[in-house]
Amino acid sequence: MTWETVIGLETHVELATKTKIFCSCTTQFGGAPNTHCCPVCTGMPGTLPVLNEKVLEFAVKAGLALNCEISRFSRFDRKNYFYPDLPKAYQISQLYLPICHDGAVDIGGGKTVRIHELHMEEDAGKLVHDPWLDQTRADYNRCGVPLIEIVTEPDFRSADEVIAYLEKLRSTLQYLGVSDCKMQEGSLRCDVNLSVRPAGSEEFGTRTEMKNLNSFKAISRAIAYEARRQIERIEEGKRVVQETRRWDENKDATYAMRSKENAQDYRYFPEPDIPPLELSEEYIEGLRAAQPELAEAKRERYQADWGLPAYDAEKLTSQKALADFFEQVVALGADPKQASNWVMGQVMGQLSAHGLEAKDMKLTPPTLARLIALVQEGKLNRNTAVKVFEAVFAEDGDVDAYVKEHGLAQVSDAGLVASVVEQVLAENQKSVADFKAGKEKAFGFLVGQVMRQLKGQAAPAVVNQLLREKLSQ
Amino acid sequence: MQLYELTALELAQKLRSGEVKQQEAVDAALSRIHAAQPDNNAFVTVDGPAFPAADLSASPLAGVPMAYKDNICTKGVATTCASKILEGFTPCYDATVVERLSAAGAVSMGKLNMDEFAMGSTSETSHAGPVKNPWDLTRAPGGSSGGAAAAVAAGEVWYAIGSDTGGSIRQPAAYCGVTGMKPTYGTVSRYGLIAYASSLDQMGPIARSAADCAAVLDLIQGRDPRDGTSLDAPAGGLLPSLTGDLKGKKIGLPVDCFGEGLDGEVRAAVLAAAEVLKARGAEVEEFALPVMQYVVPTYYIIAAAEASSNLSRFDGVKYGWRAEGYEDLTDLYCKTRTQGFGAEVKRRILLGTFVLSSGYYDAYYKKALQVKALIKKAFDHAFERYDLLLTPVAPTTAPKLGESLSDPLKMYLSDIYTVSVNLAGLPALSMPCGFDGKGMPIGAQLIGPPLGDGMVLNGAHAFQLETDWHKKSPKGGDAQ
Repeated sequence: MTWETVIGLETHVELATKTKIFCSCTTQFGGAPNTHCCPVCTGMPGTLPVLNEKVLEFAVKAGLALNCEISRFSRFDRKNYFYPDLPKAYQISQLYLPICHDGAVDIGGGKTVRIHELHMEEDAGKLVHDPWLDQTRADYNRCGVPLIEIVTEPDFRSADEVIAYLEKLRSTLQYLGVSDCKMQEGSLRCDVNLSVRPAGSEEFGTRTEMKNLNSFKAISRAIAYEARRQIERIEEGKRVVQETRRWDENKDATYAMRSKENAQDYRYFPEPDIPPLELSEEYIEGLRAAQPELAEAKRERYQADWGLPAYDAEKLTSQKALADFFEQVVALGADPKQASNWVMGQVMGQLSAHGLEAKDMKLTPPTLARLIALVQEGKLNRNTAVKVFEAVFAEDGDVDAYVKEHGLAQVSDAGLVASVVEQVLAENQKSVADFKAGKEKAFGFLVGQVMRQLKGQAAPAVVNQLLREKLSQ
Repeated sequence: MQLYELTALELAQKLRSGEVKQQEAVDAALSRIHAAQPDNNAFVTVDGPAFPAADLSASPLAGVPMAYKDNICTKGVATTCASKILEGFTPCYDATVVERLSAAGAVSMGKLNMDEFAMGSTSETSHAGPVKNPWDLTRAPGGSSGGAAAAVAAGEVWYAIGSDTGGSIRQPAAYCGVTGMKPTYGTVSRYGLIAYASSLDQMGPIARSAADCAAVLDLIQGRDPRDGTSLDAPAGGLLPSLTGDLKGKKIGLPVDCFGEGLDGEVRAAVLAAAEVLKARGAEVEEFALPVMQYVVPTYYIIAAAEASSNLSRFDGVKYGWRAEGYEDLTDLYCKTRTQGFGAEVKRRILLGTFVLSSGYYDAYYKKALQVKALIKKAFDHAFERYDLLLTPVAPTTAPKLGESLSDPLKMYLSDIYTVSVNLAGLPALSMPCGFDGKGMPIGAQLIGPPLGDGMVLNGAHAFQLETDWHKKSPKGGDAQ
């Protein structure tokens, strides 16, 4: 029998606001334990949450980009459970009236994934076990860091589709500037709901939920493992139990955490400390109008307006900072294809050599634009330009100063080139004879000799032209 | 006349004129507290300043000794909600109300006893022991702000800040013969008030007179950016607006608040109060408010539901009291909460947990929210016709100690006249309007429309210009 895998995702994304969702503590990752907290985010008695309006704005922007309906009337709810990393013993979340719902994401290949809802909530703290003292300690720095949870419909049929969706989601949220989506720092976390059914069946099988998936690789492997496990059970005549399972990276397997029978009753009810959110049409439309251009739209524009190949458009838009950089270089007068070659080649090369992300590099668009202009104007040889680029990249050095200081300006003085040409022809009579006898290869040798004399700084076009003129005399 | 017989405003005036020194006022309070505490147990923490030095120009109440109910956070002073589970908890922050009053020159004498976590109508559920009524030490002072009402009645402080979730300011004020006001929901910041039921809780003053209450509210009302539910309404100016003139005002008497279950002496005293208001120019009319029959169950479902969540943070992990001899985390939670909370608190936590449970939510909590909306609508409708409503505060005067604890359901039902005000978010005041045959004070309640706090205070002020019930002190008041 052939089996079909059915997957739905719940993705938690930490928002890149400066301060927490209900207080003014910093959201910065790291920090000594319990240094990024206050009476509000540690849930001290009598304190009250006040919504950070930036969180609402970021959630609505994300919802708009995921083609969601934005709720004009929305509310927070309390999710009640006891755990030491949750100092109020309830998480402020949204169950009944989430801020965004009914969206759709095109993940390529003609596939669209439906978004069930997107809601806002607060993150919990962390428990750290101290093996020396055999004590568990609570670090509340992460308490109150704003999250959005994006819940899809069970629309995925393979791990590849899941990864395509997550890549699209990450790019979109990064382009919006609402999250940095760093899985290794936990700012993008994903739970996978998975079931299997005979191919062609309309009914859903019993699903399990997998947690602790910390990389795209882990997600792919966990999906493969869990689908196989469920199919094997069914083929052995056993049934799949609805439960939460934990992915163990080292063992490459999932393990049962808790079954549905033991599922907690969270006793959700409307949060009385935060008034309901009533959004005006103007507010929503204002944010819609201010949405930045996303990767997909940029890709189309690069191809349509600038005639760039699809490959270039894809590469350039892989990171928003890179696309922004590229567009500014073009805006400064560089030819788009030239700029694209430089960004994809030298810029990305140097970034990876320095282990940097585009948003962290110091190189500014005017520097690269100037370099491209010097090559274009024949003042700098392309190969020399690459060397200059490598020299100025790290600290965004001054291109003109560097060229001058190192005497790298290209020689386009026809008189000087002509005298060197004459000298080279005089010293290489054999090659001249070879060329006249039809050996085109000899021409290349002569060009090389001229270039060598001029330390590689001659404009190739000028050398070619003068050589041909002399040889045809 | 003794200092403690003055109103807060009168004392403040004497402080400003130099007739009374700040130290004298504080000493007078301390000596009253020391004399009365063994009898009435109104305080859980006495913490008056050694050398009071308030800026007497800071406000019309500057320099006047007062105290806070023990569920209001005071920086550096233990705040326990009269519960074992918060033993040893000292906040590192002040409630907004405390901040504002401190800036206005208030002189805090300490923290006042109450029903544990403000759950109760008699102030007997306190871990610090029951509060007793200064008018009769065998009787309860009402609750949950029983310590606040008793302390003001016994002349230990000139005013107190209490909290009112279902009548917890007004009912003890009535039982103790003082004036207490629950302002419109959202006009006083709840930041720093340890929550019982967040959507119903509101802090307010208990004092000798409506004018004193107005002066306190002028200092504590107003938008607070730390409380998302605090209203952006104009604040201040209540005291200067008290004219005592009720000409052309219409006062409604809901007949549903004067029927079965109401003590005859209380009914007579409240109806007599209506006559006084008439004499000040008001028109008084009876009308039907049938929604009153739903208010008690609605209140207890909503309040218990919110309480079950609000009190979950008291788990022995982070602060307060922790049980000893636990096996694991769950055992730590269970033992701490089982031993740390009193019976009435646990009853309400269980009730609230039940009504929020999956499968019961729609039948109880959701239904209660719908009824709450109906109650609000019924009051809105009444205020289309009336400027104020007049009702009793409680069906009887103060009960004997221990009487109510044996029958919680009866105690819940006695909240009938006060809880509707919290469900509808309205301002309401309790004022002394007579005594029963046993010499216990009777209170009348004035209820106003949303943000009609000034109207309510003016109604009470008019009444207090005509009567002197609010000037009576309990026996033994002079014993010093």
